[in-house]
Amino acid sequence: MNLKLKIWRQKNANDKGKMVDYPISDVSPDMSFLEMLDVLNNQLIEKGESPVAFDHDCREGICGMCSLYINGEAHGPDRGVTTCQLHMRKFKDGDTIYIEPFRAKAFPIIKDLVVDRGAFDRIQHAGGFVSVNTSGNTQDANSIPIPKADADLAFDAATCIGCGACVATCKNSSAMLYVSAKVSQFALLPQGQVEAKDRVLNMVKQMDAEGFGNCTNTGACEVECPKGISLDNIARMNREFSKAILDGREK
Amino acid sequence: MATLDSKIPAGPLADKWTNYKNNINLVNPANKRLIDVIVVGTGLAGGSAAATLAELGYNVKAFCFQDSPRRAHSIAAQGGINAAKNYQGDGDSTFRLFYDTVKGGDYRSREANVYRLAEVSANIIDQCVAQGVPFARDYGGLLDNRSFGGVLVSRTFYAKGQTGQQLLLGAYSVMNRQIGRGKIKMYNRHEMMDVVVVDGKARGIIARNLVTGEIERHSAHAVVLGTGGYGNVFFLSTNAMGSNVSAAWKAHKRGAYFANPCFTQIHPTCIPVSGELQAKLTLMSESLRNDGRIWVPKKLEDVEAIRAGKLKPTQIKEEDRDYYLERRYPAFGNLVPRDVASRAAKERCDAGYGVNATGEAVYLDFASAVTRYGKEAAHVRGLNENDNTLVQKLGREIIANKYGNLFQMYEKIVDENPYETPMMIYPAVHYTMGGLWVDYNLMTTVPGLYAIGEANFSDHGANRLGASALMQGLADGYFVLPYTIGDYLASDIRTGAIPTNTPEFDAAEKEVTERLNFFVNNNGTHSVDYFHRRLGKIMWDKCGMARNTDGLKSAIAEIKALREEFWKDLKVPGSADEYNEELAKAGRVADFLELGELFAKDALERNESCGGHFREESQTSEGEAARDDANYTYVSAWEYTGLPSEANLHKEELVYENIELKTRSYK
Repeated sequence: MNLKLKIWRQKNANDKGKMVDYPISDVSPDMSFLEMLDVLNNQLIEKGESPVAFDHDCREGICGMCSLYINGEAHGPDRGVTTCQLHMRKFKDGDTIYIEPFRAKAFPIIKDLVVDRGAFDRIQHAGGFVSVNTSGNTQDANSIPIPKADADLAFDAATCIGCGACVATCKNSSAMLYVSAKVSQFALLPQGQVEAKDRVLNMVKQMDAEGFGNCTNTGACEVECPKGISLDNIARMNREFSKAILDGREK
Repeated sequence: MATLDSKIPAGPLADKWTNYKNNINLVNPANKRLIDVIVVGTGLAGGSAAATLAELGYNVKAFCFQDSPRRAHSIAAQGGINAAKNYQGDGDSTFRLFYDTVKGGDYRSREANVYRLAEVSANIIDQCVAQGVPFARDYGGLLDNRSFGGVLVSRTFYAKGQTGQQLLLGAYSVMNRQIGRGKIKMYNRHEMMDVVVVDGKARGIIARNLVTGEIERHSAHAVVLGTGGYGNVFFLSTNAMGSNVSAAWKAHKRGAYFANPCFTQIHPTCIPVSGELQAKLTLMSESLRNDGRIWVPKKLEDVEAIRAGKLKPTQIKEEDRDYYLERRYPAFGNLVPRDVASRAAKERCDAGYGVNATGEAVYLDFASAVTRYGKEAAHVRGLNENDNTLVQKLGREIIANKYGNLFQMYEKIVDENPYETPMMIYPAVHYTMGGLWVDYNLMTTVPGLYAIGEANFSDHGANRLGASALMQGLADGYFVLPYTIGDYLASDIRTGAIPTNTPEFDAAEKEVTERLNFFVNNNGTHSVDYFHRRLGKIMWDKCGMARNTDGLKSAIAEIKALREEFWKDLKVPGSADEYNEELAKAGRVADFLELGELFAKDALERNESCGGHFREESQTSEGEAARDDANYTYVSAWEYTGLPSEANLHKEELVYENIELKTRSYK
C-alpha cells in the first residue's frame, strides 16, 4: 500500500520544529509500524537526507523505549500494544498518517520524535523500591504466604513498562497512572508495607516537582495504556496518600 | 603461549565457594568509599552488580545506551528463573541443578562456576521476593513453579510470561535506591567506546553521550562489563535492536580473550520470518512447551494443502499428525533442550514438512492442554466435564492466566488467534553462550576488567538450558562479583583517584574520535543496515543451525570481503557532535563484522558437534550431535593480535571431577 506520512521534525531541543510530508510506497500490511519507518529512513539516508530519529529497542512491546503519537493516539490506533507491535494492517492504502512525539512539559524533546523521560526515573529514585540490601541472608521466600489475589494484582500493576503513553494522552499531562502502578505494586505486598507511607509521599512530591499535572479522572490513560494498567491503581494511590497524610507523615 | 589460569579454588566441589569466601581479602567500609567502580550495562547482571556494589559502599558509575536502566534487554526474558529450592519436593537439589546445567551445556562448561551458580540460586529467589518481585503464587499463597526443557523437576519460578521484566524492575528498583542516595551515578544514553588500560590494569572507559555526541573520560579502579550477548551478529534475532558486541569486542582488542564465540543458542520457538524487510524476531517462551505440543503433518499432501490454504491444521486428524519430539525423545518429549528441539524442527522442515509459505514453520498446539485444564476445572467446580463448550471456555481461561501476554503478542504479530489455531513457530538466534573468557573471579585476562552475565562464557557450555540466563545474570551481579571484586580491590585502597589526563586516556580518546569522524566523512552509498543484513545472511546460512568445513571457510572469506566493502562504501548521515543513531549503529556493525569472522574461525576449529554447535561432519547415525571428548574438552579462548583471522587460540582444558562425561541422551 501507499501512504502519506506527516512527521514531526525538530533538530534539537531549541529548534522550533514542524510537520514534514513523506510519501512512502509498497508498504506491506504484515510490516510493523517501525519497520515501515526503517524503510523510510533507509531511503532518506541513501538520498543523503537526515533520517527520522525515534526511540525503539526491544521491538516486542516490553522495554517501553518506543513511543510515538500516531494519528492523535499514543502508540497508534490498536489497543493493548506499543508502537513497535503495531502492524501496518491497521491502516488502509492511501491513508495519511500523522506521527508526532509524546508531548508533555515534563518530557522535553531531544530530536524529532525522541523525548527525554528522565522525570520518570527521578520519581522512582524518590521511593520506588523496598529498602532491602543484597545480603543474601533475607528470609526464605516462602516464609510469608501472600494471597494469590494480592500477588496477581501486584503483578498487574508491576507490568507497567514506563513508556509515558499515559502522560502523553492525558489532557493534564498527569503521571498518576505511572506513579500509582509502582505505589500499588508495593502497597499490595507485605514486603512493601514498612515504607508504604513515606514511599507514596516522596514519589508524589517528586511527581509534582517534575511538572506533571493532576488527575481529573477522565480515564484516557487507561484506554491508551499498552499494558492495560487499571485506574484502580490511582484510587489505591489516593488512599495510600490519604493514609500517610492522616498519619502526619508529611514533612 | 601464555597459559590460562582459571583460579578454581582447591577442595571438594561443594566447599569451594564457602572456602573461597572465607579466605579472600576484604576492603573495610571506610576504604570502600575511596574506590570507584564502573559498571557498563544495566540488565540483570549489570544492574544487580551496580546496586550491590553501591550498597557495599563503593562509588559506582553505571552506563547504559538506553534512555533508562529499566530498558536493558533482560526485560524481554519471558519464561522464568531456575532455583534449586525443591519447594515441589520432586527431588531437586543443588547438585541436581548443577548436573542438569553441565549436561544441558553438553559438558563444555566449567564445573566449579556452575556449582557455585546452583549454590546461590536459592538466594536469588529469597532476595527478589524481599524486593517485592511479584512471582506467580498458588492458592495457598506460596510460590508456584513450572518445568523447563532438559530437566525432570519443576524448579522454574515465574511471573506469567514476563519474568525477565519483573526481575529487571526489581534490580532497577534497588539501583534507584542507590541512585537516590548518590552512591550510583547513572549515565543514561551513553555508549562505552573503549576500555582504558593503564599499567596493565583496566582503569576506565571512554564513553559517548548519545544525545550531544560528546566524548567523555571516566576513570575507576575496576571496570565491569554486563553488556549482554552478540546474537545480533545474525541481524535477525530475538535480541533488542541496540544489543551489540561492541563493549566486549573493545575489551577483546585491549587484551581480553574471547571464549567459544561459535556457541550460539538458536531457540526453537520463535515467530517465523515473514518478510524481506523484517527487523527482528520475536520469541515465544519455552514455558509454552509445558503445555504446547509440537507437530507437523505426517503426509506431504496435507502439507501442500495447508500451504495452499485448502486445509486448516485443526482439520488434520490425530493419526495424521507427527508429534516428532514425542516420537524421537519419549523421555523428555516436548521438553527436550533447545538445541535438540531446534535441530529437530529444521530436520522436519528440510524434509519438506514445514507448514507455512516459506516452508520454515512447525505447529505448537495447545488444544489438548485446553481440554485437559478445562475438564479439570469443570470437575473442581462440580460442572459437566462432557460439555465441550464449557470445557473449552474454562481451559482457555487457565491458559490465558498462564501465558496470556504471549498469546496476545502472537496474535498482534501474526494476526491469528492461537487459542483457536495452533501457533506457527521456527528456530531463531536467541542467546550466546560464548563471550569474554573469565576466571573463577569473573575477571577477564585484563586485570581489573570483569565480565558478568551473558557477556562472559562460563556457565552454559555449548547450550544453555531455559530459565538459566536470568539465574546467571543475577547470581553474578548480586552474589558472586561483589565478593570477587573485593579481593582484587583490596590491593587498591592506597591508590587514590585515577586521573584521566594521562597518555593512556589521550590515546584511547583519539582513536575513538578518529573512527567516529571517519564514519561521518566517508561518502559511501549504503546505510549501516544494508551491510548488517548481508552479514546476518552469511552468518545464518553458514554459521547457523548446521555448519560444515566448506561453508565456514566461505563464510570467513565473505565476511572479510564484506568488511572491506563496509569501510569503503558506508554512508552515515549527520555529524559526530549530535544525536545520531546511524553513527552509533555504524560502530556496532563495524565490530560485528570483525566478531563474525572470529565466530566462523572458532566454529571451523572445533571439529566436533556439541550443544548448539552442530558440525555436519560429526553426527551419529541417528543424526544426533556427536561430541569428540578426546580432542575438544576445552574452552577456546582467542587472543586478539590485530586481525580476526590471526587470532591466537589458547585452550583451557575442562576437568570433570564430579560428573562423568556421557553421551547426552533425552530419549
